[in-house]
Amino acid sequence: MDSIKFSRGEKPPSVKLAVVQYCILALMLALAAGLWRLQVLHAEDYRLQAEQNRIRKEPVLAPRGKLFDREGRIIVDNYPSISCFLVREQSKNVDADLPMIASGLHLDVDQLRATLRHYRASPAYQPIPIKQDVTADEDAFIEAHRNELPELETIDEERRLYPRDGFASHIIGYVGEVSEEDLNQSRYAWYNPGDVVGKAGVEETYDKLLRGQDGSRDVIVDSHGREVGYLGVQHATPGTDLKLTIDNDLQKAAELALGDRNGAIVAMDPRNGEILALVSRPSFDPNAFSIRINRTDWNKLITDPDHPLLNKAIQAQLAPGSTFKILMSVAGLQEGIAQTLKVNCTGGWGPYGFFHHCDEHHGAVDIHNAIPFSCDTYYYQLGDRLGIDRIAKYATAFGYGQKTGIDLPGEQAGLMPSAQWKMKTYHNRWYPDETLDVAIGQGAVEATPIQLARIIGGIASGGHLVRPHVVSPDQLPADFRKSLQEDFPGSGEANLPIDPENWQTITAGMYQVTQPGLYHTAGADGLPGIDFGGKTGTAQVMSHEALDKTSKGRVTNPNVWFVGVTPTHNPELVVAVLWQNGGFSYYPARIGARVVAAYIEKQRRIANNLAPSKQSAPTEVGAVWTQPLPPSGKGANADATRLNAGHFYIDHGDILTAKAANLPVSRPGVSGNSTKPLSKGLNAKMGARAVKLDEQARKPVEQAVSSGKANDPRGGQ
Amino acid sequence: MRRFLSFRDFDWPLLAAILLLCSLSVLEIYSATLHTKYVGFHTKQMLYIAGGLLAMFIFAKVDYHRMLDWTPWFYGFFMLLLVATKLFGHKALGGKRWIKFGPMLFQPSEWVKLILILAVARYFANLGGRSLTWRDIFKAFAMLGAPMVLVLIQPDLGTSLTYIPILIAGLFLGGINVRQALILSVCSIALVGGVLGSGKILKPFQRARLTSFIDPNSDPKGAGYQIRQSLIAVGSGGIWGKGEAKGSQTQGDFLPIPHADFIFAAFGEEHGFVGAVIVLLLYFFILMRLIQNAQTAADLSGSLIIMGFVAVLTFQISVNVGMVIGFMPVTGIPLPLMSYGGSSVLFTFLALGVAMNVRMRRFVN
Repeated sequence: MDSIKFSRGEKPPSVKLAVVQYCILALMLALAAGLWRLQVLHAEDYRLQAEQNRIRKEPVLAPRGKLFDREGRIIVDNYPSISCFLVREQSKNVDADLPMIASGLHLDVDQLRATLRHYRASPAYQPIPIKQDVTADEDAFIEAHRNELPELETIDEERRLYPRDGFASHIIGYVGEVSEEDLNQSRYAWYNPGDVVGKAGVEETYDKLLRGQDGSRDVIVDSHGREVGYLGVQHATPGTDLKLTIDNDLQKAAELALGDRNGAIVAMDPRNGEILALVSRPSFDPNAFSIRINRTDWNKLITDPDHPLLNKAIQAQLAPGSTFKILMSVAGLQEGIAQTLKVNCTGGWGPYGFFHHCDEHHGAVDIHNAIPFSCDTYYYQLGDRLGIDRIAKYATAFGYGQKTGIDLPGEQAGLMPSAQWKMKTYHNRWYPDETLDVAIGQGAVEATPIQLARIIGGIASGGHLVRPHVVSPDQLPADFRKSLQEDFPGSGEANLPIDPENWQTITAGMYQVTQPGLYHTAGADGLPGIDFGGKTGTAQVMSHEALDKTSKGRVTNPNVWFVGVTPTHNPELVVAVLWQNGGFSYYPARIGARVVAAYIEKQRRIANNLAPSKQSAPTEVGAVWTQPLPPSGKGANADATRLNAGHFYIDHGDILTAKAANLPVSRPGVSGNSTKPLSKGLNAKMGARAVKLDEQARKPVEQAVSSGKANDPRGGQ
Repeated sequence: MRRFLSFRDFDWPLLAAILLLCSLSVLEIYSATLHTKYVGFHTKQMLYIAGGLLAMFIFAKVDYHRMLDWTPWFYGFFMLLLVATKLFGHKALGGKRWIKFGPMLFQPSEWVKLILILAVARYFANLGGRSLTWRDIFKAFAMLGAPMVLVLIQPDLGTSLTYIPILIAGLFLGGINVRQALILSVCSIALVGGVLGSGKILKPFQRARLTSFIDPNSDPKGAGYQIRQSLIAVGSGGIWGKGEAKGSQTQGDFLPIPHADFIFAAFGEEHGFVGAVIVLLLYFFILMRLIQNAQTAADLSGSLIIMGFVAVLTFQISVNVGMVIGFMPVTGIPLPLMSYGGSSVLFTFLALGVAMNVRMRRFVN
């Protein structure tokens, strides 16, 4: 036993211990003497000093950094706001004043009473928030009644001003007070209770940069601790402004193109990973969170079957359907199998006793028309020849089943099954029959829209894969950039060279998809004069039998995908579109085509040095969807009109005019492009109406929208 | 020969004194955070104390000789952790002091205190109380210096300073002679003087604290602010204090962090000289009781462990209380058993567990 080494019996001489004891006694006496000097001898001096103590340090909150789009146009701004609180510490009975307060602050008396009742149990020193965004006349009312209503207090603060109607809401995220649970997490360890922090999107990821550094103020207070003035200020360091990679014009086009369909769009530059537009539907209004979201709104958001808070572009993990065939083609060609594979499609294939269907009887199919036909039979056979392990090897290398590492919180990894995965998860061996499902992007395969954009954009670029991001890393401090990479691990940048010949074959196939031709899956959605290709995908939500049992007679359409690239070879834009329960895959192709068209149009305008399409009057500040109202000359009530249903109307410096009551309910709308119906769709506030996709639409999309929107409760996943 | 161990041998009077101190702490944290955003921290403190008690009972059960056997492994492991903290640690408040451990944050430098107490005890016990050679002394310095430097560069001056008394206690009880002690003290005084003089090693905020300590009125709004407010708080408390939750300095937000580093000032303001002296007496009782346990320990290693703990406690108490009453500069060392904070509470109870452990095994031989 090792412990024998410790010499037992040997003890430190008790003399030494006694010395220690006397030392401690001396120390204690010294401390007690110090206390005696302060608290007994000089107590009176200090008591006086305490009474005169007038200087107190108070924090000065730093304004949060603003967000701009790639061209420096503002997306998220701050605005000064006044909140009104009711303080109960005064011994006075507040109840009698309520009617007066209610009328002065334009509140409902009963509602005010209810608010007070709600806070009845909380400690008396805690001020009760009774109104946020107090208007100028209400503030004047409070100031004028300081003596009669001493219980009212106001606090100035900077609040976040987000775009209206959830524009780019999933990229931006929102801010809110840090919660008790958050504070217990290591990530929030340095925040204090009451701090406002970013809770989603860029607001969360870049919170450290955006929040700045609070300063402090030496406030002079009276004997009751009330503030009477201040001495000096240590200024707050404002948060860093950030330029996003988003292009407002393209974002707008993408928002309009997706309309109120349940799904997502990602538009990315596959050359550098810059996200130009990212939309997820349904969306939410981040303005509602900027102080404290009310319970009913919150419940509505979290119980919505379509999950408005979910950023589907990075969090929806769904079967990629036929879009997976691009990866299959890469694997097949690189392995030298697809070049020689010729298949006669007779509506399906089933070598293992279970017949797998194909949508059509395509007849003779080879790799050149397999992509535009999206012939399942071809890919069943290709998959069977490749085997699951080789498919999994390629898929994993290209990024299936891994996060892309985009700088937005909550990204999901998707899933790429393999024999090993099945053994680990289900303790069962892989059956060759399952490979057939995987080969057409069904079975256990799951992918997110951002993954598909990165992978297919990368394949079309000859195997150059990028790390998607919404904030350009150039503007970040080096250490932040480093920690960002650590905090958002993912497949990131990679180079997986594809043979030029194979690359030609695949991109040519993708080009054919949107060109007219028998069996071409999106043959009617090409853009004349534009090199635009892609791949459609349709993924069954569940098996037909299961459907009959659970959907209780309702229609459950498959999820549909489209990933488009332009130009087809070495694209500068890749667009991934997901429409959950959309029905037919040429619908998302059409949505993608709109985004591509908007992009190309803008590029051409820039190239030809044309002015941007005419804007009517002032414009897009902060609230992107807002159009300032025409001056109506009623300047007196100007400030009172700032608030309209939670949205703010701002313009370039002109005083806001017009009366709240006069505000048309839906005035916004982005004027400009000649597409009149678009703004109308938005005005409906993502309501029941669908956006008219295309005037000359050959298919009745609206009809599809309404049937697809059959309130399917499983909308989320 | 192994005598049946029972918790009857537990030092109940010591535990009672400690729990009394803890309840005063909870009371004062409640009062100090009442009107601040930290309201409710006293309940968290109670949870920490409960957790600490549990850990103490567990640590009391494992034979401390066994712990001493494991010490080299712990030492190596925590050295690696300190390096990892520097490399991958969580950055905050101007330093990398924490490391993520699942959802929890973990401050290795607090644990190192306990490891060093054990390591120093093991080292000097193995030397067997013979007079020390310079070689022995340098080895001891190296053993303590390595983690100290790693903590110092985090940077965390306060915690690294608490390692020093462990070494001093070890050397003193381990058998250093008068000549060696004199030479070492002269050297260390020269070293400290050099560090202060050169002005390169201390961070600007640390220098500011030192200068303001020397003359608190030189900058009433800046670095001297904390000390001045603390003195006013303690002084204005008078003999009987202003009463629970009635201190104008504490409640009026003048006193910096009144629930943590400056809790003694808040307590002194609200409970006066009488209250403050009662707290000092409790500390005195605890320390004396611990030393008595060291005396009755079964072997040298046991008493060295307890004395290491006594050294750390004494150091922290005198530095913290000294800071509050203007005897010492602001160093950010918490007051053990009083200040709010999970890691501080945990360390104290763990060390206490080991001390109890030594006491319970005092008849083993």
